[in-house]
Amino acid sequence: MTTGAPAAGPHPESWIRVLPEGLYIAPADVFVDPVRAVDRAVVTHGHADHARPDSRHVLATPATLAIMRARYGDAAGGALQALDYDTPLTVGDVELRLAPAGHVLGSAQVVLTYRGTRVVVSGDYKRRPDPTCAPFEPVPCDTFVTEATFGLPVFRHPPVDSELAKLRRSLALFPDRAHLIGVYALGKCQRLIALLRGEGYDRPIYIHGALANLCALYADLGVTLGELRPVAGVAKDDLRGALVLAPPSAIADRWSRRLPDPVVGAASGWMRVRQRAKQRGVELPLILSDHADWDELTATIDEVAGRAVWVTHGREEALVHYAEGNGLVAQALSLVGRDEEDDGA
Amino acid sequence: MRAFAQLIEALVYMPSRNGKLRLLVDYFGHAPDPDRGYALAALTEGLSFPSAKAGVVRGLVAERVDPVLFGLSYDYVGDLAETVSLIWPGAAAHADPPPLSEVVTRLSSASRGEAPALVAGWLDRLEPSERFALLKLITGGMRVGVSARLTKTALAQLGGRDVAEIEEIWHGLKAPYGSLFAWLEGHGDRPMVDDSAIFRPLMLANPLEDSDVEALDAAAYRAEWKWDGIRVQLVARGDSRRIYSRTAEDISAAFPDIVEAMAFDAVLDGELLVVRDGEVAPFNDLQQRLNRKTVTARMLTEFPAGVRLYDVLYDGDEDLRPLPFDDRRRRLEAWYDRAQPARMDLSPMVPFADWAALHALRDGARAKAIEGLMLKRADSPYLAGRPKGPWFKWKRGPLILDVVLMYAQRGHGKRSSFYSDFTFGAWRTGPEGDELVPVGKAYFGFTDEELAQLDRWVRNNTMERFGPVRSVTPQLVLEVAFDSVHRSSRHKSGVAMRFPRIHRIRWDKPAQEADRLATLEAMIVE
Repeated sequence: MTTGAPAAGPHPESWIRVLPEGLYIAPADVFVDPVRAVDRAVVTHGHADHARPDSRHVLATPATLAIMRARYGDAAGGALQALDYDTPLTVGDVELRLAPAGHVLGSAQVVLTYRGTRVVVSGDYKRRPDPTCAPFEPVPCDTFVTEATFGLPVFRHPPVDSELAKLRRSLALFPDRAHLIGVYALGKCQRLIALLRGEGYDRPIYIHGALANLCALYADLGVTLGELRPVAGVAKDDLRGALVLAPPSAIADRWSRRLPDPVVGAASGWMRVRQRAKQRGVELPLILSDHADWDELTATIDEVAGRAVWVTHGREEALVHYAEGNGLVAQALSLVGRDEEDDGA
Repeated sequence: MRAFAQLIEALVYMPSRNGKLRLLVDYFGHAPDPDRGYALAALTEGLSFPSAKAGVVRGLVAERVDPVLFGLSYDYVGDLAETVSLIWPGAAAHADPPPLSEVVTRLSSASRGEAPALVAGWLDRLEPSERFALLKLITGGMRVGVSARLTKTALAQLGGRDVAEIEEIWHGLKAPYGSLFAWLEGHGDRPMVDDSAIFRPLMLANPLEDSDVEALDAAAYRAEWKWDGIRVQLVARGDSRRIYSRTAEDISAAFPDIVEAMAFDAVLDGELLVVRDGEVAPFNDLQQRLNRKTVTARMLTEFPAGVRLYDVLYDGDEDLRPLPFDDRRRRLEAWYDRAQPARMDLSPMVPFADWAALHALRDGARAKAIEGLMLKRADSPYLAGRPKGPWFKWKRGPLILDVVLMYAQRGHGKRSSFYSDFTFGAWRTGPEGDELVPVGKAYFGFTDEELAQLDRWVRNNTMERFGPVRSVTPQLVLEVAFDSVHRSSRHKSGVAMRFPRIHRIRWDKPAQEADRLATLEAMIVE
């Protein structure tokens, strides 16, 4: 049914455990994405619910470490060890490598091989092209630990082109209004900018102060974002027709009052469900997600999982049901500390 | 279908009325006939397909989707049409979807056996927002925040007409409204409608504040009581007898007693009430008779209906609407003497010397079924809609209660960054001492400046957040005004206010000194 490698050695249930700190890989003595500071952490990507500060030793891709330094400064961790994609490293009794996850810049899956059995911890991932990061690499394995943010079959993200077209139509229809789009500070913000630049949108894009740091970092790491300007200090009238990006929490808050009659939008996979979008006061929902949708989740499980699927944070139930129906051993891993709404979705 | 689906999608998210109007005008101006006519029907009267209902949709999705996955998804989304539109398997074919008119005509003519395959075939070809529009057509009720009136206003804008002109002929027209669009676009005559029993749009009044009344010339106005029932239009022409609500809903079936009494040829305007032995019963009694498809003999006896007549629009074939109010009143009285209809009487005129005298009369009238006064210019013709100036409703002073702010919810549109919907409570004795029980919700009555102050207060005194709602520390007293209060089993407090609004913000008043539920209960008119 799949091309996954069957287990030659001990079942992963015997050497990977869920502890209060997070997913613990015993023979390597590391945690993957621990929810609090630990001795030795492997971090899949820079979102705050995966990358916590103050671990003594942190292993991650160079870009993820740069993001952690930008966010946490010296608290990013004691010793920061960079590991490029597809470079094997022996950690304890485990061979570990990082494979691109396609989620945000630097995001990685953790590929763990122990006595001939391979486990892939996906972190967060998507399968669609993203101009700001390397594409997801399917790695066949015995056990696939998958995210499930959009683990319901109603979540099927439309093509990116059609969502960008929606934004373009609105910009043309309301040339006197600012367009205020809520975006997560890490990933979505830069992806949306890069997608627009790729389409030839060359006007300055205005950004909320909370987005400035990471945009500058992306630019330093070679992602072309074009001219970005801070919103602060710009006269209200000068923002007519402008595209303004801000964190989701700012779009329905007092901050937005400085804009001229804004069309309020948000770029997120959650925008798929109308009432969700409306509850957030969104007038222009852009269904643009950095997470796999249902079709991508199920296709990825079919493609890589040889024997077992472990489902982490999100709507585990439906995905477990799907995997079992397809002859896999499936279980939900109850990892704490994940907040569905603030997950860079 | 694609343009219609895009319209529905855009209307769902458009917060402002003017934005909705713009979308509607744009659609009606560009969509071809007869598509736009069916869209118009879907947005106003609703379309009904006897062989394709929600059950067909449930059946289809059960065949295509794992029931566990569907159940989990439906729980999450909460709306059948939306769940199915998103979960329907397979990618859209990106083929051009069928025109809306084709969908409507084929669904209308399909048998029960044919309908499921027809719908499934379309769902396979459409993309999600088109599926959503199709499924909403089938399950009924577009729920896109657009009233029939707003839709007609868009038509009026499209044709450069007054919305009253559209209302006048509306109820004689049928989907797909080809003659209506031809007229609006200037390549057809005004549609001729069979006017035997159609609804004529009502003339409505604007509210009048006490402070504004002095500016009016007392001699130019007539006064009558404003009765607390529901406004109706009685249409009896030839063999047809109809009772219409003010929104043109035909409610004849619920009032056979009134229909029986309509043995005349006229169109009348009046207030529908429950009347026992000549005395008007409270509004709650009338509610027992409303929203019923049929009515039992016992209901007829226990809650006998009557109509208090305000105006006459047609006497036989003669259209009296252009006449001044005084003339119509004389014609109404003459007609009443002649016709002597059962179950009806005339709403008496209230003579007055000047505004002060009328003011006193109004506040003295504590009768249960009187809401206040209507002021009508003696020379006013009967005009459709709510023209400014000729008619006013001058309600009795409101009831007032000091309550405590409990929850605030973010508003919509212009107010989406403000906490602008306020739920408030009154004190009562609970098992652990005094407790607040919610007694109502208000979202107007304050100035923009006061709204900004309330918003700031809510943000600074939040206890908990539930999505768009915050609970606040029970410390702020609001003086709310409302027209009346009734018993209600649907509310935790057991009472429901009519038209509550924020009258004053009592920054100065300690919450412990706000009113108690018992005070509110004492204001109930039994």
